[in-house]
Amino acid sequence: MPDREQVLSNVRSALGRRVGQPAPDPPPSRIVVPQWSREERIRRFSKNFRGETFVAPSADEARDFVAEKIDGYETIASKDEFLCDLGLVNLPDVRVNVDDPHELRVLCAVAGAGLTGATYAIADPGALAVLASNEEERLISLLPPRHVAVLPAHRVLTSLDELFAVLPDPALESSSLVLIGGPSRTGDIEMSLTLGVHGPREVYVVII
Amino acid sequence: MSTAFQKEIHVALGDLKLQKTITTATDRFSEKRLDVVAPNVLPEYQELRDQAHHIKRHTIDHLDYYLETVEARVQSRGGHVVWCADAEAAVNAVIAIARKHDAKLAVKSKSMVSEEIHLNDALEKNGIEPVETDLGEYIQQLARERPYHIVAPALHKTRGDVADLFVEKLGVERNEEPEELTQVARRVLRRKFLNADMGISGANFVVAESGAVVLVENEGNIRMTTSAPRIHVAVAGIEKLIPRATDLAVFLKLLGRSGSGQPITSYTSFLSGPRRDGEINGPDEFYLLLVDNGRTRVLADKEKRQTLYCIRCGACSNVCPVYRRIGGHSYPGTYSGPIGAILTPQFAGLGHEPTLPFASSLCGACGEVCPVKIDIPRMLLALRRDIKKGEARENRWLPEKLAFRGWSWVMRRPRVFEWAGFFAQAFLSGQDDHSWVRTGPALLAPWTATRDFPPLAPRSFRELWRARQSSSGWIPTHAARKQKKDA
Repeated sequence: MPDREQVLSNVRSALGRRVGQPAPDPPPSRIVVPQWSREERIRRFSKNFRGETFVAPSADEARDFVAEKIDGYETIASKDEFLCDLGLVNLPDVRVNVDDPHELRVLCAVAGAGLTGATYAIADPGALAVLASNEEERLISLLPPRHVAVLPAHRVLTSLDELFAVLPDPALESSSLVLIGGPSRTGDIEMSLTLGVHGPREVYVVII
Repeated sequence: MSTAFQKEIHVALGDLKLQKTITTATDRFSEKRLDVVAPNVLPEYQELRDQAHHIKRHTIDHLDYYLETVEARVQSRGGHVVWCADAEAAVNAVIAIARKHDAKLAVKSKSMVSEEIHLNDALEKNGIEPVETDLGEYIQQLARERPYHIVAPALHKTRGDVADLFVEKLGVERNEEPEELTQVARRVLRRKFLNADMGISGANFVVAESGAVVLVENEGNIRMTTSAPRIHVAVAGIEKLIPRATDLAVFLKLLGRSGSGQPITSYTSFLSGPRRDGEINGPDEFYLLLVDNGRTRVLADKEKRQTLYCIRCGACSNVCPVYRRIGGHSYPGTYSGPIGAILTPQFAGLGHEPTLPFASSLCGACGEVCPVKIDIPRMLLALRRDIKKGEARENRWLPEKLAFRGWSWVMRRPRVFEWAGFFAQAFLSGQDDHSWVRTGPALLAPWTATRDFPPLAPRSFRELWRARQSSSGWIPTHAARKQKKDA
């Protein structure tokens, strides 16, 4: 018997179920969305996120902050609309619009900083939610040793519950959703906290 | 009587340095977990555990339905599903995928099921180089050892051990700083990631309706493994399914907290198949391996089916007084700790490791911390019962049989019990008055060789009770209440 039929028939006989028997609805998902003001969401995000958060009152201040953080580093930027609108991709030493897969990979591997947008930020627990797309490539937020992400304040959500309320099936949007809770880290040697294992050692989030 | 398991235990118990390392690490894990599940920090914690248990129970009870759902969803997005009845089928499937795509170098992220099927050995024998990329797992691979702990594979190694290993295997200058050791691994593994043809991952969850795998980590090696190479193979046990992405709102809150004491880990990836049109990064091909390898046998046992709810957080090991003494390598099979003590005998068949479910004090700590509320202590008892039932009568050890028969006889006769207590008193004390009994007489001697027996109280409960009743004025509360009522 092929493995598929063997496994399925073992499962069915273990459970006493018939071929094609439907399942009742699963217990309702537990989604409880807190009511927090925008200020409260931003405050909690800054407190909970394990990287550094900068709340920029204006686009100019955001630009200054980003410029300072990537100063002196070769930077690879994503084509995120918000980044482009703010003119951040025009800062010196920033490469953008790289469409050749090999070139993009090499650039990510040698860059000192990666500049991206973020689909959402989540206040509790502090995390960024990033859907991959042709405007937001996976390796830009991963390979360079520092990652700077920029997003508008209205995209700061309260909680994981709210994330799954607005994005009930991420698979419909993209092949990849990643939640980023802070810098890459490990405690595998004597439980001693070490940053920058395979991903970035420094993560900055700019909320405008 | 002595199994390999029992011999391993004695080696671990004799190693003081090891004892200290395990205690420090598991204490730290437990403290961090308590900090983030405390009622003032996470008031809904118990509710989340209940919900997680219910979702797992529902999924496991209708597993065939969800398995077929996930298969259809993965295929609809251009991914492949490979069903594997046993370990051999699973390793052959990975080798066949590697051959088909001419893959020579495979980067791997941590996966307990890949340990269970001994994937790395099989790949090496077939000319495919597997490279573990989780730092702890990489250390273990260089040392040619299996993981010591479900969450922290190299928990037992000191920085000195790792430094020596890196000098020997990688030819680098000796440096004991964890920071520097980590950077060495980053450099070596970065090259591997960028040159690998294939990435092999496990799966913390498989989301049926989405056709997606969910992977939770801190280092970024899983993101590398699943995004850099052109092929991604996810190896998952069939019990990893959950119905919907929205259920992650519960499971993600529990997994990070229970595993490493983090409200959320650094990275959580939700991956649904090969890269889509327009996306530049991400694999060309995606394979999901659904592995049975003994799981349907557990499924058939209604009483112990809940063993399959496990999300492999390792919290039960951290609080287990047995794991904390004997360590992860003493356990036979892939899975250590209390969950290993109930999984291994069920996966391998009861005959293989009959002493394993007995290596527990039944203190209940594992059941108390389990984020999906698996009643591990009850599973241990059920396995003990099954094992004893399975032993042929004539094979049972005669003195043990007699001892239990005698015990049962005594316990049913209050007067005899009192006499027995009187004699035990005479035998066991007298070494010196109130100290622990360190060497027992006759039949007790083997037992006390590795344990101490608490001293018997100078006066038994029955004696105290009689004395209190006959002393003037005192009567038991219920009798007093009765008198008051009558008056």
